[in-house]
Amino acid sequence: MKKGILGFVAVLLVVALVSVIAISGLNLGFTKIPSASEGVRLGLDLQGGAMITFEAITEDGSAPSRADMEVAQTVLRKRLDYSGYNEGSVQINGDRRINVEIPTGDEQLDPQKTVAILGKTALLTFNFISKDAAGNVAVDAEGNLLPGEVALGGADVEEAAAEYGPVDSLGTNKHFVTLKLTEEGRAKFSEATKKAAQAPYGENVILICLDNVTISSPMVETQIDSDEAIITFGKTGEEAKEEAKNLANLINSGRLPFELQERENRTVGPTLGEKALETSMFAGFIGLILVMLFMIIVYRVPGIIASISLIFYTALMVVLMAVLGVNLSLPGIAGIVLSIGMAVDANVIIYERIKEELRVGKTLRAAIDSGFKRAFSAILDSNITTLIAAAVLFYFGMGTIVGFATTLGLGVLVSMFTVLVVSRFMLYRLVDMNIKSLKAYGVKGGKQE
Amino acid sequence: MIKKLESKIHVVERFKLFGLIGLIFALIGAVSLVLLPFGVNFFNLDIDFQGGTTMTINMHKYLEKADLDNIESLVENATGVKVSSVQRASSEGYEDGSLVVVKSDALSPELRDKAYSALKEVYGLVGGVESDTVAEGQSGVVSDLLSCDSVDPIMGNDLRNAAIISASIAILLMLVYIAFRFEIRSGIAAVVALLHDVLVVISSYVIFRIPLNMTFIAVVLTIFGYSINATIVIFDRVRENKRLVKRTSFADLVNKSVWQTATRSINTTITTLLSIAMIAIFGVTSVRNFAIPLIVGVIAGLYSSVFISGPVWVKLAKNSKKR
Repeated sequence: MKKGILGFVAVLLVVALVSVIAISGLNLGFTKIPSASEGVRLGLDLQGGAMITFEAITEDGSAPSRADMEVAQTVLRKRLDYSGYNEGSVQINGDRRINVEIPTGDEQLDPQKTVAILGKTALLTFNFISKDAAGNVAVDAEGNLLPGEVALGGADVEEAAAEYGPVDSLGTNKHFVTLKLTEEGRAKFSEATKKAAQAPYGENVILICLDNVTISSPMVETQIDSDEAIITFGKTGEEAKEEAKNLANLINSGRLPFELQERENRTVGPTLGEKALETSMFAGFIGLILVMLFMIIVYRVPGIIASISLIFYTALMVVLMAVLGVNLSLPGIAGIVLSIGMAVDANVIIYERIKEELRVGKTLRAAIDSGFKRAFSAILDSNITTLIAAAVLFYFGMGTIVGFATTLGLGVLVSMFTVLVVSRFMLYRLVDMNIKSLKAYGVKGGKQE
Repeated sequence: MIKKLESKIHVVERFKLFGLIGLIFALIGAVSLVLLPFGVNFFNLDIDFQGGTTMTINMHKYLEKADLDNIESLVENATGVKVSSVQRASSEGYEDGSLVVVKSDALSPELRDKAYSALKEVYGLVGGVESDTVAEGQSGVVSDLLSCDSVDPIMGNDLRNAAIISASIAILLMLVYIAFRFEIRSGIAAVVALLHDVLVVISSYVIFRIPLNMTFIAVVLTIFGYSINATIVIFDRVRENKRLVKRTSFADLVNKSVWQTATRSINTTITTLLSIAMIAIFGVTSVRNFAIPLIVGVIAGLYSSVFISGPVWVKLAKNSKKR
C-alpha cells in the first residue's frame, strides 16, 4: 500500500516538474532548457511572414553555376538586411531555386513590396559621395554615407573575388577583395580614383552601392590606373573573411547572368497567423479535456492514470519541441492533436484487455500483465507505420508538411514512452495499493477475491 | 449495446451488404482519381498542384454582391487574367464580411501589383507597391493585402510530382512492413481495408469540395497508419482465438473476434474524434480543411476494420481451401 502511494506521488511530482519546465524553462547553469515561448519557433503561417521561392532564369535556359547562385543568395540577404528583416533566411534549393523566408514578428509585411524589392535585378554601382545644401557630406539617419553621382556601373567590373594573402610591402596577411575591371571600366575607375584621392581626408572614398544603398565605402589613397584593384578591411579574422566574401559576391551581382523570377509566394499577415495559433491551441486544450473526461468516465481509476500520462505527454512534447527548436506550423499543431488521440488509443487497447481479463476472474496483476503483453504488438505496428509516414513526409515533404511530420513523429515516440513506461508504472502501483473493487476499473459489479 | 449488435449482425455473413456500402463510398474517390489524368476533374484543386494566386484583402466594409462582381471585373480588367472565384470572408478583428478572397490563375508579381492597385484606387486601400519603392525601408508598412498565396504552374507541377513521389514511397514502405508482419492472406485483407479508407477520404474531398493541396498527402498517410492500426488489433485477436477455440468455423471465429474488440475500436475512434473534431469546430479554415477529411478517414477506418477486413480475410481463406 505504502509503496504504491509513494510511487504515485513520485510520478505526479515528475509530471508537475516537467509541466513547470515546459511553461517557464529551466536554467541548470551549464545548460539551459528554454521555455515554450522561447524555444518553440513559430512557423510563418502562425506568426505571419512570407515564404518566397525564386527561380534563376538564364537566357539560354541552362542551369546557372553554383557560384552565381551564391552571389544571388548574398544579394537577397543584403536586401533583407537593409529592408530591416534581419531574421529572414535565404537558402539555395536545388540547381536554380532560392527560398526566402521572412518572419515578420510584430510588423506587418507587405507581400507586394517585399517581392518587388527582393526580386528586382541587382543594381550595382560605384558612386561618389553626395553633399547636402550646406556642403556637408550627406548621411542617412544611421550615419551611412548617401551615394551621389555614379562613377562606374556593375558592367564595368569583370570579376570580383575574395582572397587572403599579403597586402603590403611588410607582408601582412589580410582578407581582401580583388577587383578586375574591363577596358572601359579601367578608364572610368582611373578617373574616379583620381577625383576621390584629391578630396580632403574623410571624403576621399568611393561608395559601392547595391540598389542605391551603400554597402561599402573604401577609402582611396591614390589614383589607380590599373585593371586590377584591391579593397582591404579594417576588421580582421573571421569577420573580415565574411565581409570580403559578401562584398565580392555583391560586386559580382552587377553581372549576374540570370534574373530572378518568383515561382511561389505565400504571405500571411501577423493578425491572421495569430488567430490561427490561438484557435488551434484552444481546440487542442478542449480536445485534451474531453478525452480525459471520456477516459475517466469509461475506465475509472485507469482512466485517471491515462489522464495523468496524457498531461505528462503534452508537457514532454512541449519541452522536447523547445529543446529541439522545432518549427511549429499550423499542420504541426494538427499533428500534435492527432497524436494525442493516438496516444490514448494505446491506453484504450490495454485497458479493454485488462477489463476482459478481470471479468473472467484473473487477478489484477495477471490482468495488467496480459493487457500489456497482448496489446504491445498492435501498439508497435500502428506506431511503426505512422513513423514511416512521418519520416517520408519529413524527408520529401515541403514547407508546412515538414512541420506536420515533425510533430507527428515526435508525438508517436513520446506517446509510446508515456504509455509503455509511465502508464505501466502507475498501473502496477495500483496492484501495490490493493484496489480490488472491480468498479474502479470500469467493470460492472463484483469484487476481486 | 455491443452484445445486442453482436447477436443481430454476423459481419461475415452480412458482408455482401456492408461490402457494397463501403464500395459505394470508395468508388466516388476511385473514379475521380482515375479520371483526373484524363482531364476530368471532380476535385477542388488548390493552387498547390495546378498553380494560381489567392489574395485575401481587407476591403473595410461589408461586401454586397455588387461589390464582389465589381472586384472581379476590376481584377480581370487590370490583369487580363481570368478570375476563378471572388468570395466574401470574415475573420475576427475585421469588420464582418469585409474580407474578400480572390482566386485566379497564377499572377506574376507585376500583375498582382496591377490588380491590387486597381482595387486600391477604387476602395481606398493602403499598402502595395508604389513606383518609388526601390530600397525604401519597409518597417511599419501596413497593407490591406492580408495574405497572398501564389504558385506558378511550373512550381505547381513540381509540387505535385514531389507529392506523388513521397506518397508512393511511403505507401510502398508501409506495404513492405505489412508484408513482413502479416501472412499473405491477412495482409491482402488489411490492404483491402486500407484502400477502402483512403478512397473514402478521397471521396470526401470530392463531396465536400475540400481544396486538394499539400496537406492531402499528410492526411492520406496518416489515415494509412490509423487504418492499419485498427485492422491489426482485430487480426491479432483472430490469431489468438484460433489457438484457444478449436471447434468453430473460421467465419464464426472472425465474427467473434470482431465483436470482442468492438468496444476498443469504438472507444479509440471516439477519443481520436474528440480531439480532431475540436480542431474542425474551432480551427481556422485551413486547419478545418485538414480536420474534416481526417474525421472521415477515422470513421472509415472504424467501419472497414469491423465490417470489411475480417470478412475479406475469411473469403480469401475459403478460396484458397477450395483449390
